[in-house]
Amino acid sequence: MSDTNSAIEFKGVNKWFDDFHVLKDINLQISIGEKIVICGPSGSGKSTLVRCINSLENHEEGIITVHEKEVGRKTQDGNGSNSDVGMVFQQFNLFPHLTVKENLILGPMKARGLTRKEAESRAMKLLERVKIPEQVNKYPHQLSGGQQQRVAIARSLCMEPKIMLFDEPTSALDPEMIAEVLDVIIDLAQEGITMVVVTHEMGFAKKAADRMIFMDEGMIVETGTPEDFFAKPKTERCKLFLEQILQH
Amino acid sequence: MKHRNYIILVALLFLASCSSPPGTWGWYVIDPSTKGGWNNIKFLLSGFSATIMLSVLAAVLSIIIGLIVALPGMSQNRLIRLPSRIYIEFIRAVPLLPMLFWVFYGLPVILKSMGLNIPIDPFWGAALTLAISDSAFTAEIYRAGIQSIEKGQTEAARTVGLNYLQTMRYVILPQALRRILPPLANQFIYIVKMSAFASVIGMQELTRRANEVVVSEYRPLEIYSLLILEYLVLVLIISSGVRWLERKMGADQRL
Repeated sequence: MSDTNSAIEFKGVNKWFDDFHVLKDINLQISIGEKIVICGPSGSGKSTLVRCINSLENHEEGIITVHEKEVGRKTQDGNGSNSDVGMVFQQFNLFPHLTVKENLILGPMKARGLTRKEAESRAMKLLERVKIPEQVNKYPHQLSGGQQQRVAIARSLCMEPKIMLFDEPTSALDPEMIAEVLDVIIDLAQEGITMVVVTHEMGFAKKAADRMIFMDEGMIVETGTPEDFFAKPKTERCKLFLEQILQH
Repeated sequence: MKHRNYIILVALLFLASCSSPPGTWGWYVIDPSTKGGWNNIKFLLSGFSATIMLSVLAAVLSIIIGLIVALPGMSQNRLIRLPSRIYIEFIRAVPLLPMLFWVFYGLPVILKSMGLNIPIDPFWGAALTLAISDSAFTAEIYRAGIQSIEKGQTEAARTVGLNYLQTMRYVILPQALRRILPPLANQFIYIVKMSAFASVIGMQELTRRANEVVVSEYRPLEIYSLLILEYLVLVLIISSGVRWLERKMGADQRL
């Protein structure tokens, strides 16, 4: 049954935070190379859904497979981090005690066994790609928010992931820095990499997404191509949500 | 700088104010110009090396044991967490002196019953007991320091493929160290003072030597005053060392 073209698959996934039913019967299939944008009101379970993909959260019911491998059930031990899946966080989460370069080479050296030289040349290439090669020896706190997030993207790419997850990558940024980060993500979207992006940046979604997902109260309420999704949302809730965020 | 000078001033005033009435004090016991006094001073001061070695060894062991106890104590898994919690609660509840007696006089009985004829050396016995007694507190200091690092750091480390030990070593501990250091230094001062208990099992450190001179000279006031001064000097040196270290770490503050 399972499609070999499938990158990520959710089958009947349920998750609770104590009494709070955060994910309700999630069924979702994401193909290799697909760019997905997830939006929805806060508390709707978007971040949790994304965090289940790389086992930062475990789920109680259902099956999640990433490249045909099951991940993140509570019965398994939670340490099975999948370094094929990169992640960019809302709060950047750079390592503050390490320089930009050290941030980038830590994973490749320790987890992938690259030599320092190999890791550094890979790091420099990626810093050029996110357009901040000159910051290589600075510490994170010496950079602006937009620069920090670009370093975080480069840090993820250093592991050469097949899937990239973005959890509200621009929500903690000042408005004038949002564009520089989105440009990098759009640039990345031109490639074959599978991307799942949680964001409210609808301009970005229109440009980059293959498919939109709207979540509310732990459920996937609506999915569709960006054209259909923005032009004729099927549900009232989605319509209301879009009106609210597109107002400005 | 200033407040250290005040402490020394207070100590000197404390000694000076005790100088009246006549006949109360008999400083001759440690008068370096007399042969007996000089010998007493040499004997008393030579306890420094044992006290320092004992404290440093106990502190190093405590730092290692504390980390080994603290790490499983932060596990998500209750079964892994349990032994660590029991260790901490139990060790923290036992006073040092009874623990020393147990190790020095009790443990050899057990060892003998197992056919092991190992005598407990006062130095190693005291160092190990001090370390174990202190490790419960060290473990709690580690826990507080490590848990003060944001969860996002662990998550980011995992997403770049680091396993648990690599995450601790390269990401969490280097950041936690700065927050852990001041309370850890406090514990070291505590160990130095608690090492005085080693005197009761025959360890020839500062307090033991003072006791021996008191017994032979019968001048407890002078000898114990000097003893207090000896510990004061030791602790002041340590705390200024700690302040230097903190300044040095603060200089390349990156957080």
